[in-house]
Amino acid sequence: MSTHAPHAPQAAQSAAQPVTLPGTLDEAVAALTAMPAAVPVAGGTDLMASVNAGQLRPTALVGLGRISEIRGWEYLDGHALLGAGLTLARMGRPDFAALIPALAASARAAGPPQIRNAGTLGGNIVSAAPTGDTLPVLAALEATLVVAGAGGARREMPVSHLLTGMEMLRAGEVVGYVRVPLLHAPQTFLKATGRTGPGRALASAAVVLDPARRNVRCAIGAVAPMPLRPLEAERWVASLVDWDGRRTLVPEALTAFGEYVAMACIPDPQPSEEGGEAPALPPAALHLRRTVAALARRGLGRALA
Amino acid sequence: MRKGNGMTGSADGPGAVTTGTPAAGTPLTSPAAEPSSQAYGLGASLTPVDAPAKAEGAFAYAADLWAEGLLWAAILRSPHPHARILSIDTAQAAAMPGVRAVITHQDVPGDAAHGRRVADRPAFARELVRHHGEPIAAVAADHPDTARLAAAAIVVEFEILEPLTDPEESFEAEPLHPDGNLIRHIPLRYGDPEVTGEVIVEGLYRIGRQDPAPIGAEAGLAVPRQDGGVEIYTASTDPHTDRDLAAACFGLPPEQVKVVVTGVPGALGDREDTGMQVPLGLLAMKTGCPVKLAATREESFLGHAHRHPTLLRYRHHADREGRLLKVEAQILLDGGAYADTSADALAAAVSFAAGPYVVPHAVIDGWAVRTNNPPSGHVRGEGAMQVCAAYEGQMDKLAAELGLEPVELRLRNVMATGDLLPTGQTVTCPAPVAELLRAVREAPLPALPKESPESDWLLPGGPGGAGEPGAVRRGVGYALGMVHMLGTEGADEVSTATVKVNGPVATVLCAAVETGQGFATLARQIVQETLGIEEVHVASVDTDQPPAGAGARGRHTWVSGGAVERAAKMVRTQLLQPLAAKFGMSTELLSIADGKITSYDGVLSTTVAETLEGKELWATAQCRPHPTEPLDATGQGDAFVGLAFAAVRAVVDVDIELGAIRVVEMAVAQDVGRVLNPRQLRTRIEAGVTQGIGAALSEHLRVAKGVVRRPDLTGYALPTALDAPDIRIVKLIEERDVVAPFGAKAASSIPVVVSPAAVASAVRNATGRPVIRLPIRPQAAVGQPQPQQQ
Repeated sequence: MSTHAPHAPQAAQSAAQPVTLPGTLDEAVAALTAMPAAVPVAGGTDLMASVNAGQLRPTALVGLGRISEIRGWEYLDGHALLGAGLTLARMGRPDFAALIPALAASARAAGPPQIRNAGTLGGNIVSAAPTGDTLPVLAALEATLVVAGAGGARREMPVSHLLTGMEMLRAGEVVGYVRVPLLHAPQTFLKATGRTGPGRALASAAVVLDPARRNVRCAIGAVAPMPLRPLEAERWVASLVDWDGRRTLVPEALTAFGEYVAMACIPDPQPSEEGGEAPALPPAALHLRRTVAALARRGLGRALA
Repeated sequence: MRKGNGMTGSADGPGAVTTGTPAAGTPLTSPAAEPSSQAYGLGASLTPVDAPAKAEGAFAYAADLWAEGLLWAAILRSPHPHARILSIDTAQAAAMPGVRAVITHQDVPGDAAHGRRVADRPAFARELVRHHGEPIAAVAADHPDTARLAAAAIVVEFEILEPLTDPEESFEAEPLHPDGNLIRHIPLRYGDPEVTGEVIVEGLYRIGRQDPAPIGAEAGLAVPRQDGGVEIYTASTDPHTDRDLAAACFGLPPEQVKVVVTGVPGALGDREDTGMQVPLGLLAMKTGCPVKLAATREESFLGHAHRHPTLLRYRHHADREGRLLKVEAQILLDGGAYADTSADALAAAVSFAAGPYVVPHAVIDGWAVRTNNPPSGHVRGEGAMQVCAAYEGQMDKLAAELGLEPVELRLRNVMATGDLLPTGQTVTCPAPVAELLRAVREAPLPALPKESPESDWLLPGGPGGAGEPGAVRRGVGYALGMVHMLGTEGADEVSTATVKVNGPVATVLCAAVETGQGFATLARQIVQETLGIEEVHVASVDTDQPPAGAGARGRHTWVSGGAVERAAKMVRTQLLQPLAAKFGMSTELLSIADGKITSYDGVLSTTVAETLEGKELWATAQCRPHPTEPLDATGQGDAFVGLAFAAVRAVVDVDIELGAIRVVEMAVAQDVGRVLNPRQLRTRIEAGVTQGIGAALSEHLRVAKGVVRRPDLTGYALPTALDAPDIRIVKLIEERDVVAPFGAKAASSIPVVVSPAAVASAVRNATGRPVIRLPIRPQAAVGQPQPQQQ
């Protein structure tokens, strides 16, 4: 409920919700440790919508917006160390796109400008929505999270561990940085949506080439609760690429790769234990599979073009 | 370069008159609608008075209302589509600190049920809930969050019943309502039902549930009155009906209830939900305090009426030359749980089931039935839009069957003035259907983006999307459609207006609500035209004024505009009569312009202010168009006052692998009667086309077993600026309708009716797929599998 009325009623807000605005990562961790019920908030594009809808009523907030150390990025021995407070809008700019093109493309696709101006990389990761646009790219890049804990502790975990729930953030911990390898090779992010304007992904595909390790890595977003990595398809297609040559593939190979990826991400249902026919996929799932195949094929094709 | 009258064409190259947004300062280049040097009066592009305030964010909408000491209301809505209420326990909610009143069906003193046509909808659910979101109880508290928490604390014990969600099962199912499940059946029989054609095409079509999704959600403030009555401040588009419905529920005479219309934040149907006004009024009277409610987006989706989801089965008979012989159709409207205006929507659907074509024989059955789905009601172009998508789909199919060009087939069948509708009514108004279709056919097609660099292309899927030029196919589709204006089947369409002149200023008092459709601007122009006074004000609307009826089906331009013109003419006579008598000439020989009165020969010249001598002149007049009659037992009757027509050509790009669709351009030719305000007309057409594109591509309120899924603007995808195509108005045919005041026809709803059919036709053309369902899902727009790479 919102109003532009001159005197907004204050009655029920008298039970003050303390808001802490720490200036460093360690202060933020300290604030969260001191108030275990407090919720960290960065861009607030998901959190505040839930608060406004009455679904979430945090007793306290720790705002991460003033922590300048996590709002930029730096280079560190072959990696980029991205602050978790980087906004999606900042990541979409050309200087960032020259560095990590697929991540920049996913940031540009992540909603309308208002959302991208406020939403952050860290927020996209910890809210872990199936349709989070940066997530398949981070999964394909095999990015690592740098998590700040009590007493200045820093631990690292692969982003996929957090997204799949293999590892969780502990009480008081905050994602501080995201370590992304700089691959110096083409990478793509493609997203299918229901309209021309900004919208949630029906399916998305990130494809990155890693010439040093002679790898092709691919992750499919929005079709499952977390990004899916079709590892066999990746290995198969990487074996076809002439890494020392022109790095192109024939169209048939691209098509086969797309289908391989799609079958891995949206497999045929297993026949039931009692035997008999396996149930057929519903038309919507078949369309999704077709979409994933097209995205993976196009993504790889553009990366190798 | 310009071809003929009213043609914009490519005189100034592509893009000259095409913008996706109603940009001010992009005038129509049509000579008929050229920005005249004229600053006011009919034909001028007068700017709405409230435009600057709206653009600057200073305009007060209904949600901005405030009163000292107000309470906040919250409504408890049913989470189930169909359930029996075993008990309602409000004790816990009422005991919460800050809660001032809790009401349920037991607190409704007046009529237990209300409704726009049939009083079948309870103010609060009594024994049964019949749709997801039906109001059960309401709370007033001193803070909105307290009210919401208290509403959530009301304990309702339900016995969950199996929801009836398939309208086809409604006929056989247990009645959902004491009135039965069938709201209306119209069995239209016209000509010889036994005739069969040489060529027969059949089709089944499904139209989705479009939501009006007004950009400002419902809001209102109720203030109790000393006399025991109540005043309701809300963004109503039909204040008198809302007042009467509310008063009946309150058990009060209508005089004790006053509805005051406040800033309307967009209206595409019957704007306000009586289900909200009744609880507000009851809470205000019970607490003795002003009570405010501003609906959340979710409540807004659950509360108000949607477009009827429709299932249509068609069989078209034609001869080898492509002349239509007979149309058979079965049309099933899902009315939701309550009747509302479903009977009217059904009448439109059945009457226009054959479209603007000459059809000698017709067998059309239409049903509107109850289900436990969200309520359906008036949304722009109701009934007419659904059948347009179906009969135009049939025309495409017939053209393919006969190997004819789709436009050619349509031209062989189009109706003209003097032809008959399947209801037996003669089309007496201008019906330049063939001319409209030729205009869109002859308009140049938008250029393929081949010449421009690939990075400039806006492919389906949007900028930076997954679109691949090699997989994109362009399609062109045509559609013709028609819609009625004003109420139908004997509805008493009447409006009353008062015009007052005081010194150099004229004021219009009329209860026709300015919903953004531009009536207030037109009213000013009408008075300017008649009285030659530039400064005209339009008073705000409340129910103390005489009724002007609902703002729908273009009725205000016609009925209220007609009333304003008559009142202005009466004032003119009062003003000029003494002068004319003094100089021994009739009032017709005097003219008023720029506040000066001059005689035909220029001998007499004086000013309006001088003539008035400080007096104030008032006149009140009514406009009542010629009456209509209900459709009879075989669907025959003169049910409509007037009809409007349009032709649309859609150009779409489809990524045939992903099924992503982008509408590139919509070319519109419209039968408008007369252009009263060129810029306003253009914005109405652009808005209508964009709403039609929403219905064609993305707008469908999803429901799973009667429960609304994702009632928010992420789940319900409205067209954005990127989805809105170039809208090219290629022709506005100004053939005045003699029975309409000024000869002007309604302009807003016809583009909504025709655009979805045109988009569907273009997608058929691009993909070769049948496209029988709106909105078009991506899997229906995936082209025939064809291996093509690079």
